Amino acid sequence: MNNYDFQKDIAGCGLTGIISTKGRRISGSVIRCSIACQHDRGNGLGGGFAAYGIYPKYKDYYAFHLMYDNMEAKKTTEAYLDENLVVDLAEEIPTKKSKAIPTSPILWRYFVKVKDGKKESSVANISDDDVIVNVVMHINSDIDGAYIFSSGKNMGAFKGVGFPEEIADFFMIENYEGYIWTAHNRFPTNTPGWWGGAHPFTLLDWSIVHNGEITSYGINKRYLEMFGYKLTLLTDTEVVAYMLDLLIRRHGLKPETACVALASPFWKSIARMPENEKQMITALRMVYGSALLNGPFAFVFGYTRGMVGMNDRIKLRPLVVASKDDMVYMASEESAIIEVCPSPERVWAPKAGEAVIVNLDKDVAA
Amino acid sequence: MMKIDARGVYYRNLNKIIRDAVASGEKEFDLININGQRYIGDGLQGSDVKIDIHGVPGNDMAAFMDGPTLIVHSNAQDDVSNTMNAGKVVIHGHAGDVLGYGMRGGKLFVKDDVGFRVGIHMKGYMDKVPVMIIGGTAGNFFGEYMAGGVLVLLGINRKKDTPIAGDYLGTGMHGGVMYIRGEIDPYQCGAEVGIVDLNDDDRKMLSPLLKEYCDDIGFNYNEIMSEKFVKLYPKSSRPYGKLYAY
Repeated sequence: MNNYDFQKDIAGCGLTGIISTKGRRISGSVIRCSIACQHDRGNGLGGGFAAYGIYPKYKDYYAFHLMYDNMEAKKTTEAYLDENLVVDLAEEIPTKKSKAIPTSPILWRYFVKVKDGKKESSVANISDDDVIVNVVMHINSDIDGAYIFSSGKNMGAFKGVGFPEEIADFFMIENYEGYIWTAHNRFPTNTPGWWGGAHPFTLLDWSIVHNGEITSYGINKRYLEMFGYKLTLLTDTEVVAYMLDLLIRRHGLKPETACVALASPFWKSIARMPENEKQMITALRMVYGSALLNGPFAFVFGYTRGMVGMNDRIKLRPLVVASKDDMVYMASEESAIIEVCPSPERVWAPKAGEAVIVNLDKDVAA
Repeated sequence: MMKIDARGVYYRNLNKIIRDAVASGEKEFDLININGQRYIGDGLQGSDVKIDIHGVPGNDMAAFMDGPTLIVHSNAQDDVSNTMNAGKVVIHGHAGDVLGYGMRGGKLFVKDDVGFRVGIHMKGYMDKVPVMIIGGTAGNFFGEYMAGGVLVLLGINRKKDTPIAGDYLGTGMHGGVMYIRGEIDPYQCGAEVGIVDLNDDDRKMLSPLLKEYCDDIGFNYNEIMSEKFVKLYPKSSRPYGKLYAY
């Protein structure tokens, strides 16, 4: 018998991002609806969500979401966490098994703080964020079968192998309320479809969902490794999460400047810029040549105070943005926005390499 | 006329209903509550078939379409009229990237802006002359590798500092013609493109097309014609003939 499925699925990944600039918290059922509209952009090998504002009771704690392949990995990891951090609460992440998602890794979450003594014993002036990054890198690279897939404050990622609407139901994301949500529907092309490889990719409060391929992965990876990042998740998108952490948090670039480094203008455009701008962009390209992302991409990244959508420099992937009142929506397809916002005030497609940056209003405490 | 409420209807079921109905003689369709359903009108035949679409249709609408008329009373997404052979698509809003890829016949009219890579590799042959008219602006790579047909870009209602077209305009163009209502900086264009003023033959070709466009979309023909057009044409029908031959 010929088992060849002649109904070829033609797809790319799909993504959605939603933000309330007033910091209004919205149920996860909204983004589920939007990403489900883009069902056919994925193939059931990865779905996921990131949400900001979901843990207000623990907003001063880093919320670790972990996946374990086995109990041994959990035991080793918990011993390491207890030794290096203060774990205030450890609990299973609530899930609902279904026909679509009958099995999963062991999913656990921890609300943690950095030990006071830990800071004093440090040689250099290491921030809490740096301590957390080191813990994440250690667990993901050195403990077999354990992965931290979320490590920010008052935010969390939920992801796995399945269609995003199935993953949403599995994690019951309708029970969470966030002022920023991002979602991803995966169609893996070059890398395996496994739980850790689903989007979003996160580090601290950075989260990224991505449609496309980062063909500069090798250069970006080697560059990040020089700064102590360890790339363990077998997927190109991981470099973007760490690159944002490096450029924005550690090097202090503004998000808009970091975006120029990630998708910088072509030299032929730079040649026509006014002198000041020319010098600035030239310097940025020279310093951050190894941070330049090549290949086709559209991504949406979130952080505590905002959300950014961006395309590659020649726009090889779709991205649509819409706004209404305090809400801004980004998605691979306009219909995914219309599904949850039937009459937006404005709908537009950003130009190639143009970052759309949406921050919370200044007076909103996140 | 067949009215279909498409809310929550999966694209495959929707398109099957339409195809089956066309096969049994139905000529007119009114699709309401469309949102994101792909492949509407794909490969559909019959020059007397007309489909009204209310809501945003999904990607790849009117691909390989051969005859019917699709009227979208909304915005549209990516990849409309891929390799379309005949018929007409009218979009009363904006549309996404890669419209009319390899289009070889028929008409595509869009009221507002379009995205990147629109009109790539449009082609014509003898009496087959695909026509695309865009009311707004276009992104980079407009008419890239154009091999035939007519591309018209009007730039109506654009802001003063917004360019009517992006970079790499007509890169690799080796056939067909573009009419653009505004100034084009040669910097924007591929090296294969020549820019000249319109002559009488051009106006004779453009005039009925724009009248039809204005009738369909609702713009004022005289207002559109009151501004200057330029014509972009391929300097060579074989620009890369010597690229790999030394």
